Amino acid sequence: MTFEDIFLKLSQKFPQAILGKEETKPDASIKVSPEGIRAVIQFLRDELQFETLHLVSGVDYPALPALCVVYHPGSYTHKIVLSLKVYLPRTDEAKVQSVCDLFKAANWHERETFDMYGIQFVNHPDHRRILCPEDWQGFPLRKDYVTPDYYNGMPVPLFFEESTPSEGGTH
Amino acid sequence: MSFDTTQVNGQAELKETLRTDELLLNMGPQHPSTHGVLRVVVTTDGEIVKDARPEIGYLHRCFEKHAENSEYIAVSPYVDRLDYLASMNNSMGYAIAVESLLGIEVPRRAEFIRVIISELQRIASHLMSYGTYGLDMGAFTAFMYGFRDREMILDIFEKISGARLLYNYMWIGGTYRDITPEIIKQIKDFLIYFKPKVEEYNNLVTYNKIFLERTRNIGVIDLKMCHSYGLTGVMLRGAGLKWDLRKDHPYSIYKEVEFDVPVGTGQMGTLGDCWDRHIVRMNEMIQSIRIIEQLIDGIPEGPHRAKVGKVIKPPAGEVYSRTECPRGELGFYLISDGSGKPYRVRCKSPCFMNISTLNELSQGVMVADLIATIGSLDIVLGEVDR
Repeated sequence: MTFEDIFLKLSQKFPQAILGKEETKPDASIKVSPEGIRAVIQFLRDELQFETLHLVSGVDYPALPALCVVYHPGSYTHKIVLSLKVYLPRTDEAKVQSVCDLFKAANWHERETFDMYGIQFVNHPDHRRILCPEDWQGFPLRKDYVTPDYYNGMPVPLFFEESTPSEGGTH
Repeated sequence: MSFDTTQVNGQAELKETLRTDELLLNMGPQHPSTHGVLRVVVTTDGEIVKDARPEIGYLHRCFEKHAENSEYIAVSPYVDRLDYLASMNNSMGYAIAVESLLGIEVPRRAEFIRVIISELQRIASHLMSYGTYGLDMGAFTAFMYGFRDREMILDIFEKISGARLLYNYMWIGGTYRDITPEIIKQIKDFLIYFKPKVEEYNNLVTYNKIFLERTRNIGVIDLKMCHSYGLTGVMLRGAGLKWDLRKDHPYSIYKEVEFDVPVGTGQMGTLGDCWDRHIVRMNEMIQSIRIIEQLIDGIPEGPHRAKVGKVIKPPAGEVYSRTECPRGELGFYLISDGSGKPYRVRCKSPCFMNISTLNELSQGVMVADLIATIGSLDIVLGEVDR
C-alpha cells in the first residue's frame, strides 16, 4: 500500500477530517483537522494495519501563525511511515485530543510536546512537563522563546565565558 | 507496631500482628544500576515493587533548540552526543536524513566505510551492554572482558577520527577522512581476534546458571506491548518479530550484504524476556562481523566524500528518516525552509520509548528483578534526555 492509496482511503472514510495533503519533498504529509485526528489514528490502527506510533512532535509556525502537531504512525505490514499534521491556533489554549489510550507511546511524546510547545492534550492521564523542571517558565522550542537569565535565582549560562582565575588561590 | 497481650491459662500471648507499610524509595539519579542519571521513584512493599516511576530530564540540554540555531553541518557534533555509546550510528542517521533532503548520492567508497564503521560501532555498543548487564547481575568479569575488546574498536576509531568517544566522523555527503590500508589491516586483525570471543562470552555469562535464573521469565515484553509503546530494535526482535531496517527498509548498501536477523525464541523461558533480548544482542555481534567481512576486502577506490559545498542549503521540504542503531530505530524528522539552518530537527530516540515501559514492567516484581529489567532495556540517558 502506498501513500496515495492510504490518502484515498482516508479521504473516503473521513471526508470532513482530512483537509488535504502537503506535497513536501521528499516526504509528503496529510493534513487532518484537530477534531478528527483521534478517529483517523484509530482507523489506521484497526483497519489499515498501522501497528505502531513512532513519533509525536510539535512544530511552531509563527508566520502562519499556527502550532502544528505531527504524528508518525508506522506499519510493519506495509513497511511505511505516515505523516499526519494537525494545525492548531498559535495560542496558549491550543488543544488537541490525546491518543494515549490508542498508543501508549503517545504518553511521553505528548508530554514532551506540551513541555516544549505548550500544546494541551485533552484526556491525557499524566499531563506534566517531562524534560524541563516542573516550575520552568515558558515553552523552549517556540520560535519566539527568550531564554531567562535566572532560574530560581541561579544564572542560566548562555555561552561559555572565558574562565577567570579565582581570586586568592588557597593552595 | 503495637502489642496487646492477654493472659490465657496463665501465659501471655502476643495477639497483634506486624503492621506492613509501603516505602517510597529513590533509586538514582546517581546509582550504578541506572546507567546514567536516571531517577526511578520506587514504591515498595517489602521486597515487592508496587510502582516505579522513571523521572528523566537530568541530562536535558534541548538539543532540538541548539539544532535550530546551528547550520546543518554544525548539528552533527550534537548528534554524536545523543547516544554517546554509538556516536557513529547516530551521526550516520543524521547524515542520511540531510542527504535525502538534499537529494544527493554518496560515493560508493564512503558507503562502504560508513557501513564497516557503523557495524564496528554496533559491536562496541553491544559489548558495553554485555559488560554492564553482567555487572548488574553481579558478574564483574563480564564487564572487564567486554571493555577489553571494546577498547580495540576504540583504538581503530581513534586512528580514523582522532577521538575515542565522540568522533564527528560521518559527515554530510560521506566521511570526514579517508580510510587507510593500515586501518583496514587493523580491522581485519580485530575480526580474527574477536570472532571466537562471542562464543566464549556466551559460555561465560549467557548460559551461566545464575545469569539464566536472574533473567529468564523476567521483564517480559510481548509484541503487543512493543507496538503500543513504539519499541523498536532489539526490543522488537527479542519479542520475536523479524524486523530490521537494514533488511526491511534498506538504506546505504545494506541490501548488497548477506546477514541474518536474530530474533528471540523464548528458548530459555518466555518469549520477550530479558534473556531473549540479551541473546539477540550477542547474536547481532556475530552478524555484524559477517557484514564487515563481506565488505572489508572490496572497498572501491574513489572519493570518500561527495561535493556538498561549505554551506549546506537543502531545498524546502520535510523528511522522516530512520536508521537501525544498536538501541533501536533512530528517527530524524527534519523540516527545511530553504535556509542554511534547519527549521525543525526532531529526534526519535529509541531509548526514550524503551524507558517509558518501565512503569508497566515493574508492577509487582521483586526489587532485584527491576534492576535486571532496567539493564536489559540498555538505555543511554544522553539519548533519553537529549
